[in-house]
Amino acid sequence: MTTLDPPFKWRREKLGAGVWEHRGKVAIAGYGHSPVDRRWDETSMDKTLGAYSILACQKAMDDAGVTADQIDGVVCCPTTIAGASGGAASNWAPRPFFAPPYDSEWGLTRVNAKWLIDQMHLPNVKFAPSSVPTIGEMVGLAAQAVGDGLCTTCLVIYPTGNLTGRYRRGGENAEDYAKGERQWTVPWGNHGGNDFINIFPHNQYCITYGGTHDDVAPFVINQHRNGLLTPWGFNANHGIPQLTLEDYVTSRFILKPLRIWDCDRPVNASAAYLFTTAERAKDMKQPPIYVLNHSQHNFKPRSTQPVLDEIEMWTDHAARLMYEGAGLGPEDVDIFNPYDGYSTMTQFFLEAFQWHGVKRGDSFAFYAGDIRVEGPHPFSSSGGNLGNGRTRTAMYTDSIQQLRGTAGRRQVRVRADTALCAFTTPSSGGWIMLGKHPS
Amino acid sequence: MPKVIPVADPLSKPFWDAVNQKKLLLQFCSGCRRLQYPIRDRCADCGSAEKLGWKEVRGRGHISTYIIIEDGRLDRRMSDQPYNLALVTMDEDPGINFYANLPGTPVDKVPVGAPVEVVFEEVAPGQLIHEWRAVQ
Repeated sequence: MTTLDPPFKWRREKLGAGVWEHRGKVAIAGYGHSPVDRRWDETSMDKTLGAYSILACQKAMDDAGVTADQIDGVVCCPTTIAGASGGAASNWAPRPFFAPPYDSEWGLTRVNAKWLIDQMHLPNVKFAPSSVPTIGEMVGLAAQAVGDGLCTTCLVIYPTGNLTGRYRRGGENAEDYAKGERQWTVPWGNHGGNDFINIFPHNQYCITYGGTHDDVAPFVINQHRNGLLTPWGFNANHGIPQLTLEDYVTSRFILKPLRIWDCDRPVNASAAYLFTTAERAKDMKQPPIYVLNHSQHNFKPRSTQPVLDEIEMWTDHAARLMYEGAGLGPEDVDIFNPYDGYSTMTQFFLEAFQWHGVKRGDSFAFYAGDIRVEGPHPFSSSGGNLGNGRTRTAMYTDSIQQLRGTAGRRQVRVRADTALCAFTTPSSGGWIMLGKHPS
Repeated sequence: MPKVIPVADPLSKPFWDAVNQKKLLLQFCSGCRRLQYPIRDRCADCGSAEKLGWKEVRGRGHISTYIIIEDGRLDRRMSDQPYNLALVTMDEDPGINFYANLPGTPVDKVPVGAPVEVVFEEVAPGQLIHEWRAVQ
């Protein structure tokens, strides 16, 4: 099997490279979701992260009409979403493991290509990198690999685990000492994460452009609405009622002004996508959804905490990079599914990409308008993480469904020929542009 | 407040040694004429390691904004919750910022825009950290 080592240069992160050389020549032909559980229940072996990843892969293959022997690429993110600081909440160990294939963390709290290939008996895989980033970048990796000919029929798997216990409690967060990068943040209470990264610039945003934190409420509420219209999502399957404005403004604070409903709900789930060449996709079961570009970015703040100016500069750069490589502009984007893991970062993306003409400082007024999927500005039609749980995949699946015309009650009424989606933070991650047509 | 205790590494040791002497010593790139904090192995602007030295700063700044940690993840700070976490920009270079719990400022009574000065707080025997106090 191939490993992800140089000279395979798949990242597209520099301006000036022009339109992506494989624009319209790579396609997504299938997708599949496992059930979305709040946590693994620690007893059901058919609900482990590994079992759910196999299920998601089988669904993606069935959706595309592809058999196991046709798969020659597997791109799977091996990290646990609970993160390095998750401690007891991220690993099964030191508790006793189970009988194979659950005799290690692989298959329980983490999934990698090797484990999946072994369990799924995929005989012809020739591309299975071992160091795979999170889904925001891995879709770009897979698209580039297919475009470059490293594989032709590639499964892309993103598992998101969650075990018993409060999220990311334990581990480093239980220690009395702060080492490495944490020496600059933790003594004052910043344990790290996108909540901290974005809440300070969000406050500065409110000061700079006017408005208050609770002006994000219409967006959060609409995310929950879209989530309830998503048959596979957590909310739609667990009796979660529609969030109301009163629910929102009376909810408890996490990092005031950040409220509980501004944060996505960690879940145990997996999703898979099948990438292939545009030529092959034409003969598969579903209409191809073409990849028009992928891009990545990685910025570091000058000092301890990113500030609004930096966030706006970084997201502006990401937008220019994506639009240049796609050969498109803001007016060409029909479906826009940015990342919403914390509600406080989404306005930065909306304004940078200028979707539906939204400029810097306009987001709160835009949120207050009609952003329902039935309306003229169906922003984040996926419901994102806030509406579906922390799978980080709703943005991709909804984009595919909208372009296929199979989004059901979420199907937008406006044109749906292109879709821009991401799992990314302002500082790092990636974007992917999809199209109903190859050009 | 039982704050988490920073552990110096070879790169950051001069910084923490200075803090323990109640001095705020930041990196300074002689090529870029620019201060740097947090401490890095090279200048984030020009990439030079050789041109990075140290410069003592006055320790004056302003409160840019703040949050209140109501439900954080640090075991050691659970009993402190809720508490202020402010973002302080340094007057000598507003591109440099620090976190601050603002000792002496009541929770959620933070005067955004107010001047602050550095103070030093013991978090373990012999180990100080740099904190910031609002100047009225």
